[in-house]
Amino acid sequence: MAGSNTINITSPRWLLAELSYKCPLQCPYCSNPLDYAKYPNELSTEDWKRVLSQARKMGAVQLGFSGGEPLTRQDLPELVRYARELGYYSNLITSGYGLTEDKIIELKQAGLDHIQVSIQASSQELNDHLAGTTTYQHKQEVARLVKKHGYPMVLCVVIHRQNIHQMPEILAMAESLGADYLELANTQYYGWAHINRDALLPTREQFAEAEKIAQAFKEKVAGKMKIYYVVPDYYEDRPKACMNGWATTFLTIAPDGTALPCHSARELPGLDCPNVNDFSIEQIWNESKAFNFFRGTDWMQEPCRSCDEKHKDFGGCRCQAFLFNGDAASTDPVCSKSPERHRIDAAINSARELALSADEKPLVFRNSKNSKQF
Amino acid sequence: MINTETTIRFSPMYRLQWEEAQQKFVILYPEGMVELNQSSAEILKLCDGSRALPAIVAELEQKFATSGLTNDVTNFLNVALQNGWIQHD
Repeated sequence: MAGSNTINITSPRWLLAELSYKCPLQCPYCSNPLDYAKYPNELSTEDWKRVLSQARKMGAVQLGFSGGEPLTRQDLPELVRYARELGYYSNLITSGYGLTEDKIIELKQAGLDHIQVSIQASSQELNDHLAGTTTYQHKQEVARLVKKHGYPMVLCVVIHRQNIHQMPEILAMAESLGADYLELANTQYYGWAHINRDALLPTREQFAEAEKIAQAFKEKVAGKMKIYYVVPDYYEDRPKACMNGWATTFLTIAPDGTALPCHSARELPGLDCPNVNDFSIEQIWNESKAFNFFRGTDWMQEPCRSCDEKHKDFGGCRCQAFLFNGDAASTDPVCSKSPERHRIDAAINSARELALSADEKPLVFRNSKNSKQF
Repeated sequence: MINTETTIRFSPMYRLQWEEAQQKFVILYPEGMVELNQSSAEILKLCDGSRALPAIVAELEQKFATSGLTNDVTNFLNVALQNGWIQHD
């Protein structure tokens, strides 16, 4: 294949289909872009089918229907059925809002493999406050129905300073709901979570305590429930192997058809992310500027360039490098070898000061009104 | 632990599937995938609820014209059971 370098291009395995930015919830740590209101267009059913076919042909097999809230799309069962025919393993990543028993049955018959329900907290008051809607009771009911209809049930709880003290209750809730998998996702600070970071980032002591509790629980439920623990990278001294390396495995398609190497990449300047209305998935994956930008290791600067761990963590996260250093090609500042590590420590301290003070900082909720300010 | 009496089936919580792009069988589950080598795939394909361990071993030994597979197959099925990929009826 023609190309200016010798990078071995692997084929996509994961396709994240963000069907819509519409969402009835307003979670202040949402990973959608702050300015999502600028992109109201949505791909048609036929467009999505074309995307699914093309990505499947290249080797994508795990498919996430996400958003926003994917249930806002009336054609979801049709897309699920089409994905099943193509041989995808389909995951519905939902708030549960609007999910009825009839819909759960309809989606099962269409071939949906699994439903991941997010719950914001273990108490109604906090859940409904964080979600910005009254959803707690319904989410519990949905979790039970998911189980009842034979899906593997994955409960996802995003962890941050407002709910980290509930860790024992969250674990008990997962157990009583009969979750097969529990995803304890420490908040990753991009998008809405980034602007709310001072109010969301737990202190190091809070993390250590919560992790200890989660670890003990993991041992207790071994063989019954699998725990996915998304690590809080600010408290690590090596960066995460973000996306398993740029454009090696993951492909995200945003609601308007923009193809992204990771779901936050929209924030990065100069990428010119291509749209599925203009190019095929094969062209996008193999030939586009955006997908080749941080492939391999040639783009790296020091200290990554000469680091013997560069094939392990790929220099960390490009979006985090941009958010902290203003340069997406720099080393992820989480790395203790980065000359900019002090910026992460400053963020930790800033959140800590707020946590220990009597002051409260209002959360900026994710909704169209707030999005229009960005 | 795997016993020799009851039949074994692949768990409905997982999916075993041939992947053309990878030229191998894979096990799919929520947000994850395990790639299988050929012998693992051959064993799991026989876990369809109609056979117990001795019948699975016999079928494999016949198919590959060999003998003495009991230990290897038992060991692999114990791992598969621990991972939840298979279950006893």
